Amino acid sequence: MTNQTLLLDIQNVHAEYVNPHNQNEKIQILNGINLKLYKGKTHAIMGPNGSGKSTLSSVVMGHPHYRITQGDIRYLNPETSQMESIIGLQPHERAKKGIFMSFQNPVSVPGLPVTQFLRASLQNIRGKDITVKDFRKELKTSMESLQMNPDLMKRYLNEGFSGGEKKRMEILQLALLQPRLAILDEIDSGLDIDALRQVSEGINRLVDQERAFVLITHYKRLLDYIAPDNVHIIAEGRIIKEGGPELVDILETTGYEEIVKAAKVNG
Amino acid sequence: MSDTETTNTDLKNKNKADFEKEDYKYGFHDAEQFVFKSERGLTEDIVRNISKIKNEPQWMTDFRVESYRIFLEKPMPNWGDVKGLNSIDFDSIYYYLKPTGGQERSWDDVPEDIKNTFEKLGIPEAEQKFLGGVTAQYESEVVYHSIREDLEKLGVIFTDMDSALREHPDLVKKFFSTIIPPGDNKFAALNSAVWSGGSFIYVPPDTDVAIPLQAYFRINAKNMGQFERTLIITDKNSKVHYIEGCTAPTYSTDSLHSAVVELIAMEGSTIRYSTIQNWSNNVYNLVTKRAVAYENARVEWVDGNIGSKVTMKYPAVYLMGKGAHGEVLSIAYAGKGQHQDAGAKIVHAAPGTTSSILSKSLTKDGGQSTYRGLIKVHKNAINCKSSVKCDALMLDNKSTSATYPYMEIEEERGVRVNHEATVSKVDDDMLFFMTSRGISEDDAKGMVINGFIEPFTRELPMEYAVELNRLIQLEMQGAIG
Repeated sequence: MTNQTLLLDIQNVHAEYVNPHNQNEKIQILNGINLKLYKGKTHAIMGPNGSGKSTLSSVVMGHPHYRITQGDIRYLNPETSQMESIIGLQPHERAKKGIFMSFQNPVSVPGLPVTQFLRASLQNIRGKDITVKDFRKELKTSMESLQMNPDLMKRYLNEGFSGGEKKRMEILQLALLQPRLAILDEIDSGLDIDALRQVSEGINRLVDQERAFVLITHYKRLLDYIAPDNVHIIAEGRIIKEGGPELVDILETTGYEEIVKAAKVNG
Repeated sequence: MSDTETTNTDLKNKNKADFEKEDYKYGFHDAEQFVFKSERGLTEDIVRNISKIKNEPQWMTDFRVESYRIFLEKPMPNWGDVKGLNSIDFDSIYYYLKPTGGQERSWDDVPEDIKNTFEKLGIPEAEQKFLGGVTAQYESEVVYHSIREDLEKLGVIFTDMDSALREHPDLVKKFFSTIIPPGDNKFAALNSAVWSGGSFIYVPPDTDVAIPLQAYFRINAKNMGQFERTLIITDKNSKVHYIEGCTAPTYSTDSLHSAVVELIAMEGSTIRYSTIQNWSNNVYNLVTKRAVAYENARVEWVDGNIGSKVTMKYPAVYLMGKGAHGEVLSIAYAGKGQHQDAGAKIVHAAPGTTSSILSKSLTKDGGQSTYRGLIKVHKNAINCKSSVKCDALMLDNKSTSATYPYMEIEEERGVRVNHEATVSKVDDDMLFFMTSRGISEDDAKGMVINGFIEPFTRELPMEYAVELNRLIQLEMQGAIG
């Protein structure tokens, strides 16, 4: 394990959800998460409903409704090779540092042309202008590899898209933005078998030594297509068990409940 | 006249001070140079004097005087922005001004300071690219007016209302005030008494005016009301698109803009009337707009209300002949201290007529927007269809939005009327999604807003769409970030 390069280090993170309409209404969700993510690795985070999986990704991305009350999140600065805290950075600043999160339910923005959004996003991430011609070329290549219907580009952002189309749009953005850390939150939900295969292939094409993937999922199914290196099990806002791919099979036979119980006894 | 000069000097001094206080970005203004300026307030003598100065025929003088009497008798509307309406001080308003000289035919002849104002608004470029003819109304009178030769060849008349009265008296007399009589409402009566400027368009049968005809309006004098009067007639199977856009400088006392616009679409003809008003936020914008559409004719109002203190405007279409179609597409933006009370009125008076209304409103910083609309279906107007959609987007919790859809349906056979209303906010999850893709929160908000009004902007010619998006972006800057 010593030759691995740490990319993101989540250190004892406690976080709460704060109701935007009533700042006094808070719900504690993360209770001391410790998680290390490495370059070139694919991490799977699994856990029962309400365990804090999605909150964890929102907290890493900087969702304004969550407040970190304790702990730190440190991310590799490639220029200095130092780990630096990203707490306090706006979501778009984190994105520019190469952090990407796909959404379980991508929002739609009526009246906003898909292409306008994608180009703006790409220009911001790359920090430079991209001509319409170059953008179109790049878009075409990425869409073809994901077997996406070109007509989607004539539409408004996710407006009227099917569940599968939305998920493909997320992977398209992943492919275009080329992040260093990609957190994919239930990318498999709502996909039929064919779509799941295409989406997984799209992700597998992007796996390389420079970036890390985090797959947040309930089910083994996705992990049949994308093989994880490390598996982390989360329950009640903590990582309760970590291991290699074999953990997925153990989980499949025993279920979450057993592992949660065992963790409590051991802890 | 010497009184007027004194007033001007005072105004200039005051204006300078006002400017330092206000931050309206289109608040540039030129030193006022008036040949004639009526005294403040309104009397029958002033009304007669306006008519006399303009050398009008007796029928118009009589019409004005009669309208003035109606104006005095008519009560103030007891709905809409009642408080705002009652705060209008009619005695402090100038009802007529005539700037330097008379009509200007070519751009070179337009006085330099007036030209500067237009240049700040980008009019010369716009003209080169797009204009069929320019009727640029500066103060109450048209100072610059060009008509392209091809329009003249087609037999299209596009001129200011005053010239039309002189040059096409029979046509004007036949149609003037037939759609909106002075007795319609207090402000229509006021306009009828003191109107000045505005556009007159006549399109002969079977003529398609391919290029949009445009006019710009500005208010540039303290306490000056602008009472333009526009009349558009499309003869059988003809077609025209008229665009009116305006932006005004800021003054500290309230101004009044009260226009009357009448459209007459004969059998099989089409009129589209597009407006973007961006009056400075001390202006009362009280406009009466109404159209009649005869058999298989089509009238579309495209109406953008960005500025003003109070706007009350409900473009109407009376569908008088079989198969006629009416459409009102509007956006309203209400920021701090603004009330946009706008809507639409469609009257289905013939069978098989159709209509659609799409109203979009944006509010922020305590702004108030109201949609007020009426769909009326007359007895025996069978097989009519109408759809109404009102969308409100609120940018904060201080702002308000209200919807008053009225329906008077007297016929049931084959009649279908839909109404749909949505109220939404720019929500944090939407912004989080967009910012997670590297877009700043300000830009993300701008994209959401431009997306919201896109059904409106896509109906505008490109340069207007760009200008509108820019205006909205400027207006939003206070709220963004």
